[in-house]
Amino acid sequence: MNAASERVAITGNQALAHAVRLARTEVIAAYPITPQTSVVEEIAGFCADGLMNARFIQTESEHSSMSACIGASMTGARAFTATSSQGLALMHEMLHWATGARTPVVLGEVNRSLAAPWTILTDQSDSMAQRDTGWMQFYAGSNQEVFDSTLLAFKVAEQALLPAMVVLDAFVLSHCVEGVELPPQPLIDEFLPRREAEISLDPDDPHAFGGMMFPDSFMEQRYKIQRAMETAGGMIVEHAAAWHELTGRELKPLHEYRVEDAEIVALCLGTAYGSFCAAVDELRGRGVRAGAVRMWQYRPFPARPLREIIPAGAPLAVVDRAVSFGHGGPVAGEAKAALDGHAPVCGFVAGLGGREILPETAAGIFHALLENTAEPDRINWVEVRE
Amino acid sequence: MSVDYMPYVREEKLPHMWCPGCGIGVVMKSMIKAFEDLEWEPEDTAVISGIGCTSRLPGYMKVNTLHTTHGRAISFATGIKMHRSDKHVVVISGDGDASAIGGNHLIHAARRNIDLTVIVNNNHIYGMTGGQYSPTTPLGAKASTAPYGNLEPAFDLVKLLIGAGATFVARGHVGNGRQLASFIRKAFAHKGFSFVEVVSNCHTQFGRRNKMADPMNMVNWISDRAVSQKKWENMSAADQEKHFPVGVMFEDTEQAEYCERYEKLIAKLREEQPA
Ligand code: SF4
Repeated sequence: MNAASERVAITGNQALAHAVRLARTEVIAAYPITPQTSVVEEIAGFCADGLMNARFIQTESEHSSMSACIGASMTGARAFTATSSQGLALMHEMLHWATGARTPVVLGEVNRSLAAPWTILTDQSDSMAQRDTGWMQFYAGSNQEVFDSTLLAFKVAEQALLPAMVVLDAFVLSHCVEGVELPPQPLIDEFLPRREAEISLDPDDPHAFGGMMFPDSFMEQRYKIQRAMETAGGMIVEHAAAWHELTGRELKPLHEYRVEDAEIVALCLGTAYGSFCAAVDELRGRGVRAGAVRMWQYRPFPARPLREIIPAGAPLAVVDRAVSFGHGGPVAGEAKAALDGHAPVCGFVAGLGGREILPETAAGIFHALLENTAEPDRINWVEVRE
Repeated sequence: MSVDYMPYVREEKLPHMWCPGCGIGVVMKSMIKAFEDLEWEPEDTAVISGIGCTSRLPGYMKVNTLHTTHGRAISFATGIKMHRSDKHVVVISGDGDASAIGGNHLIHAARRNIDLTVIVNNNHIYGMTGGQYSPTTPLGAKASTAPYGNLEPAFDLVKLLIGAGATFVARGHVGNGRQLASFIRKAFAHKGFSFVEVVSNCHTQFGRRNKMADPMNMVNWISDRAVSQKKWENMSAADQEKHFPVGVMFEDTEQAEYCERYEKLIAKLREEQPA
């Protein structure tokens, strides 16, 4: 902890708002949706109280929020929005646009299931559905990590010219209070100085944006986005190291728990990790060498770190809180490809629509691996009534 | 006149989720009264909603109901009406749902003059998500996203809808349920796009931030400002500022309704080019 840091008890949504304030974000555009709303309420208060030199726009829909953020970002401003579920789905068109226009917008995404039927509780189906939009995605495991990830997201986004999403579980993080260290403003300024946009909408130096591209050049533009994603991986490591130096806190693509000598491993994203760690301890107490991994960085996909962490030959359960219907869990599919020839992977789907992933749930998944009852070629549904 | 509400209420869904004293109850009661007056059978009636406190209303109504996505109720209703133009299709919506995220659908349905009735419970705020200002929050009023007062001028929904081409436009308020029920009944009976704005109370999210946390304070704030259209027209500009007109504000029975126009075209083409 930095000596001048302030330790406060706040929710995940407040942690997002404080990160946006300390990042000296200049434009925030948003539309109310549960369970995101308290993020922008907090920010609207900061703006009104003069704690931020920023403009807050309450738009008429999420589609407009993202459009406004892209517009602001194109003028060189640091721009932020927050949303959830249906709101993110409504933004979908503009998420692609933000990437294509290379605007480093940062989005706070509170994971909530998609309708129909209605629910406001958590799973990852909303953010997973955006995995091909060219947004970096960071899944937080605590309120502190929500805060830290947001600052790192701005840093990497502005360097790589790619937008970034900080993802947090609805209610478990968004509305629960934890201790969070807020570093002093000068430290944040050192890590994240004012944005210097190389090209922006500038009357003194006019450019044309959003024009038509023909087959002779369109594909190159796409290639450059992919290249940017690839280089962003290295930038994340580099800036996470700088963040660690300044704050003593780690941000890394994969977090691991007792994996080194593990004979079976489970991987998940978000707060379910706690249940898996508890199950690992319980299994180890009975002589089973289990381990758990939490994926913080989903885009760019950390294929190499995954191969480095998972012991060769150790069966891996990948637990998705989303389904790509007609295929399987999105992370499971990608992990399988990344670990081909290295370790066997079984895909599990659990915790949809806010169903709890408890330590017992996690233990059940480990047992399915141990007892060889998990099927490698289909979804292994966890605690589901037929 | 006593009304038997229960044939239209899903008793098993009670108690409802609304705050005690919420204006939505008055709207629901007025709708049921109008259904009864017109003898609309539950099986011939569909009530469609989007998202928000008001949009929970169909869940308590024993008619055909559909609870859809934020802002899109009118689009869903348009699809229903185009296929089942013989049925009564009603949309119930809040101010944020209908005039912010769904504003585009609202004006286009009005322009088409499709035979839907849209009732907007205008309580000047996003109630369900916690009191953010909406397109109908008065200038200067406080909201969770406008702690020092709203900077955006509000929509006058009646003017908006008249401008967009609605052929029946009325405004009532929750302080006068009997009058409101008569406006809603007229809107239901109108052939074409009909619109009723209900000036309503959300004392929990709007009132609490604007010195009217008690439901009756907010209902009185509404009732005291409501005047007949005629009276309003004769007021000075300064007085008009402090009031709002209620009544059937616009009615045009000459315009052809959209589904009928469509049917007519099909009939004409069939006649000209028999299969
Ligand atoms: S929050 Fe407002 S609109 Fe919602 S039920 Fe309560 S009083 Fe009614």
